[in-house]
Amino acid sequence: MYTASDLRKGLKVIIDEEPYIVTAFEFSKPGKGQALYRTKLRNMITGFTMDRTYREGDTFEPALLEERAMQFLYKEGDHYHFMDNETYEQIIISEESLGDAKNFLVENFNVEVLLFRDKAIGVELPNFVNLRVIKTEPWVRGDTSKADFKPATLETGYELRVPPFVEEGELITLDTRTGQFSKRVKE
Amino acid sequence: MGKNWSLARREKALQQRAHILQGMRQFFIGKGFLEIETPHRIPTPAPESHIDATPSGAWFLQPSPELCMKRMMAAGFEKIFQICRCWRERERGNLHLPEFTLLEWYRAEADYHSLMEDCEELIQDVATIIGLGQQIIYRGFEIDLFGPWNRISVEEAFHYYSKTTLTKALEQNLFDEIIVQEIEPKLGLKKPTFIYDYPAERGALARLKQENQAVAERFELYIGGLELANGFSELIDSEEQRRRFHAENATRQSFGKSMYSLPERFLAELGDMPPSAGIALGVDRLVMVFLDAEKIDDVVAFTPEAL
Repeated sequence: MYTASDLRKGLKVIIDEEPYIVTAFEFSKPGKGQALYRTKLRNMITGFTMDRTYREGDTFEPALLEERAMQFLYKEGDHYHFMDNETYEQIIISEESLGDAKNFLVENFNVEVLLFRDKAIGVELPNFVNLRVIKTEPWVRGDTSKADFKPATLETGYELRVPPFVEEGELITLDTRTGQFSKRVKE
Repeated sequence: MGKNWSLARREKALQQRAHILQGMRQFFIGKGFLEIETPHRIPTPAPESHIDATPSGAWFLQPSPELCMKRMMAAGFEKIFQICRCWRERERGNLHLPEFTLLEWYRAEADYHSLMEDCEELIQDVATIIGLGQQIIYRGFEIDLFGPWNRISVEEAFHYYSKTTLTKALEQNLFDEIIVQEIEPKLGLKKPTFIYDYPAERGALARLKQENQAVAERFELYIGGLELANGFSELIDSEEQRRRFHAENATRQSFGKSMYSLPERFLAELGDMPPSAGIALGVDRLVMVFLDAEKIDDVVAFTPEAL
């Protein structure tokens, strides 16, 4: 059990039966008044953010999250199917719970699935992943009238802006934290 | 350059801090105050609901020097000041250190209004001594130190800056939350601001206002949204003080906190104290204002985490 004075950035706690992570924290104490712990919290299932102020003596149950190595199998509507690499058990995660991670998942991709009370709530991705460009305009050499970046669509359906030298069919590396182009992969 | 870069880079801030401390002493000595020192380690602190003293053996490190300083006032000292270290358990944040520096001063035959005037003069003088003008910049606010500063009652502060009234806030037990979230951020943004006349139960050692027993003659000073000082007209009725200490201890118990034994010598001598007023000002925070520092860490040589 945590108390309000344990609150700090990165702490994971349960509020209203859902796991939250503290994303900002400030200690306040008005003169002669009680200690107040002002936090910003992100719901780890929905991504919803809220401000909450706690008092000394308030207690929290720690949110214990389990990580399991799984492979992404396929997508069916809004359902993403994964398989546990150890038990071969298959699970489904909704598109909503995946958040931005859905942009970077291709079949057979290995990820860490986060579970809260045996329910999958999201996935942890590596910081960098390689994905193939399936659609982008060709670059006209010597054409300086075009913008520095051009639109491209990846094999996952994700759309982003890439430098003009990137061609259709090429493999690129992108940063999953920002969703932006990082570099071209030589094959 | 040595290894401890984070300490070395504070050299200029610490020079300024020293000038500010010297300026404070110069101000009080010039006003005829006696600089005193009282023990840091005391047998028992003044019981207060929300202040936890740091144990030191069977005694405590002082959360404030007030008990000894008031005993000096009771013994006949009329104008005294002290700059000292104080300790409060579990107070740590961008504006709090569990060991910090207080400036505390007392005046006999005075009430809280004269302390507000002292604050104005002190801070204006120190600004001049350290080479700042009467316009300072703190947290992006241009603050004018010319007097008179703003004075508003706590009730008015709720009226102007909060969506609720003082009465409702007290009924709903949300006084502290509204002060911190809605009112404090708006205080002292153009001129330093005093808010005064706190609900009686928020001033365990303060005198009640004669014409309105629901409020204590207590005030706080804010500059740029930062709380800097807390002063009041002193309660000098020892029986009333004893009742209040018991009430504070009862509140502590209801929160599951330890109760403190009563400071009996202080209570025995309190009745000898002439009508007086006393105030504590956070020195680290005043340095933050003058240096436009973001965190209290930036104005001290060492934080507990760096030890």
